[in-house]
Amino acid sequence: MAVLRPFDKLPELNCATILLVGAEGGPQQQLAEAMLREKKDFNINIHLASSLPLPPERDHLRPRIDLIAFVIDIKSKYSLKNVQASLAYVDVRFFLGKVCFLVTGVGRVNNCSVEMNAIWKLGEDYCSPVIFCELELEGIRVATAQRLLRMLQICAGRVPGVSALYFSLLMRNSAGD
Amino acid sequence: PAGGQPFAGALIERRGGARLAARSPRSVHPGSRLLPPRFQENADPQKTAFLLRKQWTLYSVSPLYKFSSADLKDYARMLGVFIATEKQKGLAVDVDGELGVRVAMSGLPELRGSEQDPAAVLVQLSLRSSLSPKNSEEKLIWSGWFCCVAGDDLLEDLPENFTCLPLFLVNGAESYTAIVGSWFQKTFDCCFRRLAISPLNLTWMAAMWTGCKVDKSTAATELLFSVPHLPQPLDISYAIHPEDAKALWDTVQKTPGEITQEEVDVFMECLYSHFHRHFKIHLSATKLVKVSTGIASAHCDGIIKFLQSQYLIGVLMLLTELAISQIQ
Repeated sequence: MAVLRPFDKLPELNCATILLVGAEGGPQQQLAEAMLREKKDFNINIHLASSLPLPPERDHLRPRIDLIAFVIDIKSKYSLKNVQASLAYVDVRFFLGKVCFLVTGVGRVNNCSVEMNAIWKLGEDYCSPVIFCELELEGIRVATAQRLLRMLQICAGRVPGVSALYFSLLMRNSAGD
Repeated sequence: PAGGQPFAGALIERRGGARLAARSPRSVHPGSRLLPPRFQENADPQKTAFLLRKQWTLYSVSPLYKFSSADLKDYARMLGVFIATEKQKGLAVDVDGELGVRVAMSGLPELRGSEQDPAAVLVQLSLRSSLSPKNSEEKLIWSGWFCCVAGDDLLEDLPENFTCLPLFLVNGAESYTAIVGSWFQKTFDCCFRRLAISPLNLTWMAAMWTGCKVDKSTAATELLFSVPHLPQPLDISYAIHPEDAKALWDTVQKTPGEITQEEVDVFMECLYSHFHRHFKIHLSATKLVKVSTGIASAHCDGIIKFLQSQYLIGVLMLLTELAISQIQ
């Protein structure tokens, strides 16, 4: 039962949960703080994990996860391998719009250790949007936090008329142009 | 590493994967690269011997407008005048008792990939000694050369009157580099930029150069990593016996005549997992900053050293490609 499943638990009232998965030493902590600072009309839980599977001991205390964001730093090949290994522990139904890839470090192409084709392929293989950002810059961190919050709202079903699957298709189609 | 056995495990998992195709014709990271051409039979190694074992700083140069290789002597004279006037303004390096700087420009026709490439151009600055102005011993103080090896991508769309020499290599004082660079920029309306080498491209160099066959025994393949996020900077140096490295590469590289991204990944992954098995450190989380092999050595700040003349063209081909992608 180490695999994360999207509908195993009941949702909480007026609450949405996001799981950020990324190698230690990354910008997840700061991104989480930026998300908490934003104005919103619902409660959010932000869980941080360095990799999957999550420890089973605390599973009964965890809320239902609405959105998983995998953080990849292009300066570290290890972060990509960590994400690729973690993807095996996610139930396939999460990939209907409840997963996204956050690729950071794109501000400095000269420090790139990961080749872009692998990242594009990851997004295509897992049918999930890939968001490029530079989380070390505060302005972009705030903007990314706002985008994630919006996605989280949709994935938690809090936006009437827009489902997670529809929104992810919208994002992928516009990115491909 | 002792021969093929320890790496067999890492290889077997990966063999099934398909080759990654490039996303678009001019993608940022090519899915594969052609192997550099081998030793050219009619190239005279003596002519290019002076390029070896020196540290060259790399720049990318946008195409030169109205540059003619027939006018090199005139250009040399004009550049000499420019340097003299800059010195009078007090902007140049001033050495006691010198008569002046002599500029020599010459062509290096053997440094090119094919007939389509323009011939390389060498600029040398020498100091004239004040002891005997006639038969003075001139001391070479600065060298810089432009070249283009297999620059087909850029050469195709080039408009009239433009010469494409995208790679510039410099050995000498930074102050002279600035003066010569600004003269070229003013005269030919081009733009110089430092060419940095990303860790990804350094892994390509490590793989390609390890695979080159060298006659006599060469130096070890050495990789230098810098560890981020630490209060004290930490560098890790990983040296591999050249024969072991070549044996590993030979088991990985299968496509004849070209190298794919996947092969480079498998090669590096084998080296990383071997290191992790012994030291429990994930080198893939660090930054690769320098690669040294028997063929050449490259630093991520854009510094290169050539060690073998027979593979000079091959290394220049890769560097030209990096320079062109920085210009575009």
